Amino acid sequence: MSATNHRWRKFKNVLMQAVALACALLVVAPLGLVFYHLIKSGIGSVNWAFFTQLPKPVGESGGGMANAIAGTFILLGLAALIGVPVGVLGGVYLSEYGSSRLNWWIRFAADVLNGVPSIIWGIVVYALVVVPMKGFSAWAGGIVLGMMMIPLIMRTSEEVLQLVPNGYREASLALGIPRWRTIVQIVLRTAMKGIVTGVLLALARVAGETAPLLFTAFGNRFWNHSLSDPIAALPLQIFNYAISPYDDWHRQAWAGALVLLLLITAVNVGVRVLTRDRFQKPA
Amino acid sequence: MNLTMTPQEDKPAPAPPVEPPAVPVRVEAPAAPQSRAAAEPPAGAPALTVRKLSVYFGATQALKSVSLDVAVHAVTAIIGPSGCGKSTFLRSLNRMHELVPEARMEGEIRLFGQDICSPGVEPVTVRRRIGMVFQKSNPFPTMSIAENVTVGLRLNGERRRSVLNDRTEQSLRMAALWDEVKDRLGAPAISLSGGQQQRLCIARALAVQPQVLLMDEPASALDPLATSKIESLILELKKEYTIVIVTHNMQQAARVSDYTAFFYLGELVEFGPTAKMFTSPAKKRTEDYVTGRFG
Amino acid sequence: MAKAAAKTELQAPPEKLVQRRWGDAVFERTSLLTALSVFALLALTGYELAHGSRLALHKFGWRFLAGSEWNPVSEQLGALPFIFGTLVSSAIALLIAVPLSIATAVYLTELAPQWLRQPLTLFIELLAAVPSVILGLWGIYVMVPWLREHLFPLLKTTFGFLPLFQGPIYGVSMLAGGIIIAIMIVPIITSVSREILRSVPGLQREAAYALGATRWEVTRIAVLGYAKKGLFGAVILGLGRALGETMAVTMVIGNTPQIKASLFAPGYTLASVIANEFTEATTDVYLSALFEIGLVLLGVTILVNVAAQLLLKTFGGPGVKPQN
Repeated sequence: MSATNHRWRKFKNVLMQAVALACALLVVAPLGLVFYHLIKSGIGSVNWAFFTQLPKPVGESGGGMANAIAGTFILLGLAALIGVPVGVLGGVYLSEYGSSRLNWWIRFAADVLNGVPSIIWGIVVYALVVVPMKGFSAWAGGIVLGMMMIPLIMRTSEEVLQLVPNGYREASLALGIPRWRTIVQIVLRTAMKGIVTGVLLALARVAGETAPLLFTAFGNRFWNHSLSDPIAALPLQIFNYAISPYDDWHRQAWAGALVLLLLITAVNVGVRVLTRDRFQKPA
Repeated sequence: MNLTMTPQEDKPAPAPPVEPPAVPVRVEAPAAPQSRAAAEPPAGAPALTVRKLSVYFGATQALKSVSLDVAVHAVTAIIGPSGCGKSTFLRSLNRMHELVPEARMEGEIRLFGQDICSPGVEPVTVRRRIGMVFQKSNPFPTMSIAENVTVGLRLNGERRRSVLNDRTEQSLRMAALWDEVKDRLGAPAISLSGGQQQRLCIARALAVQPQVLLMDEPASALDPLATSKIESLILELKKEYTIVIVTHNMQQAARVSDYTAFFYLGELVEFGPTAKMFTSPAKKRTEDYVTGRFG
Repeated sequence: MAKAAAKTELQAPPEKLVQRRWGDAVFERTSLLTALSVFALLALTGYELAHGSRLALHKFGWRFLAGSEWNPVSEQLGALPFIFGTLVSSAIALLIAVPLSIATAVYLTELAPQWLRQPLTLFIELLAAVPSVILGLWGIYVMVPWLREHLFPLLKTTFGFLPLFQGPIYGVSMLAGGIIIAIMIVPIITSVSREILRSVPGLQREAAYALGATRWEVTRIAVLGYAKKGLFGAVILGLGRALGETMAVTMVIGNTPQIKASLFAPGYTLASVIANEFTEATTDVYLSALFEIGLVLLGVTILVNVAAQLLLKTFGGPGVKPQN
């Protein structure tokens, strides 16, 4: 009796481990499948022209996504101009100043903001920027991505700033260095690697955003000559091509998706490898 | 140096109900034979004059009306069992206690006669004149040895290369580290050994040219050899600086200090020349502590 | 060299003790302002959406939420099909994602061999980083055809007696939308659950092991029991993401404003209708109605996220940091 019970328990133990393993494999399967199909369908169209040429009109084959690739980087640059200073300084406030009560609310609001659907940000910036400027623009696209980066960067910056041992702050203050200089040149400098990591991950995250760009950056089949004009972006171009009826555009969509995913994956894997030994503590 | 001494202003602290009344005993000068308040006026004026200093953290009182003079060019040791307020006292001397959000302070601290706690005085300025070395060595990990030494100067606006170089060498020599590191000033500070790191921290504190140096158990994390280096350095440094050192090691206090203050439960129990404190203390509690009977 | 150094003064000439310094005050206020920007952004979002939807609010009132017809030409606009679509697709997604995610999180923290934990975690983080639009592209051209050819016919023959699995199979459908959302929210539920499980004190496990429990029993009794509230928070957080998921869903759900019992029928969600029709909205009322749909979506996701954060923050995760 006891022996069967024991055997049953052991069997159940093995069974549940197998079930959990199966679930884990099922969860990561889509990642493998997405990579497999992107490479299979996209690699053929990733060529020199893809990176250097503008899209061809419907019916002509060839062409590329040069304008969309450039557009994505321009948008990320504009977004960083807004998101990085505000996010990092906000993280500084959370880590270095403030009462724990106020900071709890700020963190709470930042976490809730992180959960606001990206399409909502698109509407807000449409009302805030596109309508007054009377047109879709690179500015609007940059602003929307920048706004989305703020809570992301704020939270990661706060986290890494708190990893900086207090002894460094004390040592600096005891030298008669003002607090703000202590923060900027000792604390931030010590945590720089972690902050850069957070910024890169935030950039990688918004680089793939499509929904908020639909009615801000809007997309453009040509080069963007002014930040007040609509601008192309890789995710937008992928979307427009994917839902189009033309095979040639589908191939381009796959190629664009492959390039975008490789970029994002490279950043994600890269920062994780580089930050594995995050904090060398002094001996 | 203007000196406004307020003689005899320190009446005995209001006695707490249970503890025996703690009468802060002042020593005004080096080599005062009797540790009574009516001792000789100082040969040099005291560097720091502390009067009725009380520090509170929220509702708890960490220091209870401490009065004490710190003599110039001498080493004053603060001893006492853990939790007795010795670190709090040291930190309040250059207003580092203010980093604790709920900290509050009463009383008066004068640096060569100037009140350093009055409302218009920024802690930043105070800390430049009263430097501090911590228990755990904390060189800035992102900076080289030389950068660590000059960081206080650079962040306060000193740009001249020659001044920075001179000060680097001078401070490192003062800290008895120059010969060990002169060939690798650009190396990361965290490549140094524990004892070297602590001497680097001392050099860093000296580089901003303070008048007083506070040391919070500077050798407690070091091995015996490194400790003896730090101790002989302290004896060397007192020729130029006024030093206040907190230590839990009574042999160390006996070895390096000229005056010793014994703290217990936030009160200054006894203060006098070190030799006397360790041979014939006036208070029973002091005797018990220095002879190792409690604490 | 030594001589040159000796020339500099050992002690600085006394500086004036009283001097005003502005740097600290300016820096602290600036960083406070940036931190407070999160409140400003929340308020701004609510205001802009409410402001933009005032026309529709005025015209339709509460009927907007209950109206099941969406006809921009006749300006008969009701949001019910979208609310229905959002709720159903999110429910499908949770049904699929929750058991998978929690099982995976358990596997990662409790059961998996050490060497497998790190790569598996990395893969899940990478899946989280796949942009919605790329998953949507894969969804249209790989997943939907497969569903149409294989899974859906199978479901129809096996469970065809249920109204859920009746009717014509198009491929693009509510079910396809739910599945793609599930793929998108699995990584977030998994990684939050993993954090929760890792914060279960080791003593809990040891106590169970000491009773002679097997690994699975330890997990079930000591770990899952202890972490229930936090895991619930993780699920709610996933729900918040599911409700607002846009691009991938838009690409596979069929974008038809209708309320059908069958999961094989195309549907439409709040987020998708905004994505598809916002730039095409020709009249003020039409545009305003889309703003109002955004307002509904914002309200629901904020409620859900507040609930999730409260659950996660009261679970005893990282406490209030010590102030310096």
